[in-house]
Amino acid sequence: MYVYNEHDQKIIEERVAQFRGQTDRYLAGEIAEDEFLPLRLQNGLYIQRLAPMLRIAVPYGLLNSKQFRKLAHIARTYDKGYCHITTRQNIQFNWPQLEEVPDILAELAEVQMHAVQTSGNCIRNTTSDQFAGVAQDELEDPRPWCEIIRQWSTFHPEFAFLPRKFKIAVCGTKGDRAAIQVHDIGLQIVKNDDGEMGFKVLVGGGLGRTPVIGSVIREFLPKEHLLTYLDAILRVYNRHGNRANKYKARIKILVRAWKPDVFAHEVEAEWDNIKETPASLTDEEINRVKSFFTAPDYQPVDDNDAEKELTKLSGEHLAFSKWLQRNITAHRVPGYAAVTLSLKPTGVAPGDITDQQLDAVADLADQYSLGEIRTTHNQNLVLADVKKSDLFELWQKAKAGGFATPNIGTLTDMICCPGGDFCSLANAKSIPVAEALQRKFDDMDYVYDLGDLSLNISGCMNACGHHHVGNIGVLGVDKKGEEFYQVQLGGSSDSDTTLGKVLGPSFGREEMPEVIEKILNVYIENRQGDELFLDTYRRIGLNPFKESVYAKDH
Amino acid sequence: MPKIIKDGKVIDDSWVIIEKDFSGELPRAKVLLPMQYWLDNKDTLNLMCAGLWLDSDEDVDTIGLEANQFPLIAVNFPTFADGRGFSIGRLLKERYEFTGQLRAIGSATRDQLFYLKRCGFDSFDLKEGIDLEAAAASLNDFSVTYQTSVDKPEPLFRRS
Repeated sequence: MYVYNEHDQKIIEERVAQFRGQTDRYLAGEIAEDEFLPLRLQNGLYIQRLAPMLRIAVPYGLLNSKQFRKLAHIARTYDKGYCHITTRQNIQFNWPQLEEVPDILAELAEVQMHAVQTSGNCIRNTTSDQFAGVAQDELEDPRPWCEIIRQWSTFHPEFAFLPRKFKIAVCGTKGDRAAIQVHDIGLQIVKNDDGEMGFKVLVGGGLGRTPVIGSVIREFLPKEHLLTYLDAILRVYNRHGNRANKYKARIKILVRAWKPDVFAHEVEAEWDNIKETPASLTDEEINRVKSFFTAPDYQPVDDNDAEKELTKLSGEHLAFSKWLQRNITAHRVPGYAAVTLSLKPTGVAPGDITDQQLDAVADLADQYSLGEIRTTHNQNLVLADVKKSDLFELWQKAKAGGFATPNIGTLTDMICCPGGDFCSLANAKSIPVAEALQRKFDDMDYVYDLGDLSLNISGCMNACGHHHVGNIGVLGVDKKGEEFYQVQLGGSSDSDTTLGKVLGPSFGREEMPEVIEKILNVYIENRQGDELFLDTYRRIGLNPFKESVYAKDH
Repeated sequence: MPKIIKDGKVIDDSWVIIEKDFSGELPRAKVLLPMQYWLDNKDTLNLMCAGLWLDSDEDVDTIGLEANQFPLIAVNFPTFADGRGFSIGRLLKERYEFTGQLRAIGSATRDQLFYLKRCGFDSFDLKEGIDLEAAAASLNDFSVTYQTSVDKPEPLFRRS
């Protein structure tokens, strides 16, 4: 993974000093509330319902065990002993004291971490595929490009006060595991006819109150031009984005108003002016950053022997075989596997992890996965480089730690925002809905029989829980001070990204388990062969679900 | 006399900002003309003692290469959150090769000075009540930067 040089370290340390000064001046009454707001937001600090919330950046979801232990220490020392993995691969603390935030940032800087631009109307953390670098279907590792973008976007002088927040995602595969179609900018690494690597550039995707799938504005961008092209897009947006109405301020609104081809034309015109400048990337810099992401020195593992042993152990341990089926992803190196640790056991808020678990995962990473850990936008953790011969031992330890729930990709692996329990934007609570659903559907055989199914819950239309792209999406809404839940069906965040359709009138919280059960029953009754929920939905449409859920009782 | 920050120091300043809806005779002083006033009166104006100011929603491309007629151009930040002025600054300096004084006026804050400086601004007319001596320190919040900008034409990876 990328290791800071003296410049990177200095920048982060100077940021801590800057924010310490700003906090002191705020506490002394020298900075007005509204002027402090963007300063604290650009350091990840929100004022929430109950306490401040600090969002720590996890660039493209990659962490090492030392950083994990530091997070455990922060959870213990400055918080209530836990933290939360967000749907943008970041980490949130829910109970820090404002006065202590500069100290927390100083602690993070010791392990090359920060909270820079994790909120506010600026360029946010760049996200990527949690299996980057080990995926079998990868054209090129997206992480060096994410790091190049991280450095370019960090304290970019021109783009710190944009009309609205700005999110970039990069993927290096044909199939999309980074949701690039629902980002302000989505970059897909592609190869042109001459065999050169570059990027397909999408712009104007996003969820929130106006969900839009991004438009391709350039089929192939040569890699050396990445940063100047991003500069051009951001400059067009900074100059022309809507600043009068924050609900119409995202770039997607501008792209839609202008039409994608007009927007593309403006970007190209701007880019013509700046592409042949020193801001364009050099091979030397690209190679420097790539050198941090070269394949590690994998010890040889006999794949056949390991597979035989796994088959034998699976026969002896049913739970282990379920875990192998759901929580293991193929690795490009024979004899290795990527393991997803589930942060979705029943009774715990999706994505929450305690200080002891953080330490335990750090130990597992050191022992079994080259000391690295990844966070996923599905709010789980990945150990990406595990020897197949270690899987059984790892499973036993993960089980003891509480993160071996074999439910990855199933109904109970829900994406869920913190919702009304914590977030001051929320219209409704989301965690209790997730918990009620997990309790209702606690029969794992039933869940396995349903197969791959995504259920995403957001507590408001800002859509942090990605409800638009869940096969089943749940959206908390407020009606005259009461919490209700709207259900959407048919969303997908795969390469064929689709936005779900609203089923009909919303429901009370206590009705939700039964509503979801009715929806699942329609699927079970109608599925053909091993059709997945999404396939059945696409074949039969919304109506059968609607009829079942809203049928009058006789 | 009003004080501003220029080139990192607090100095007296005598430029008078002319409002957008101004009509009548210009005062006998160093005036900052609103962009539209200049466009409307281009042929008759004596620009000996005039600078120009433009608002964040005005098109800097309209000034273009004529920028260098002015010893000073000011960019208004109607609110500190309106970041269009950062792009305007860079365009004036980098694309239109403006070599005069570039000033931020309006609601820009102390904590934006570092970014403003990087975007080519060298003088700052901050809101009243701000301790300018202390604020000037924020021009140097960082000693290292990644990107190209007006102050650093090369990105960190090309600097030796």
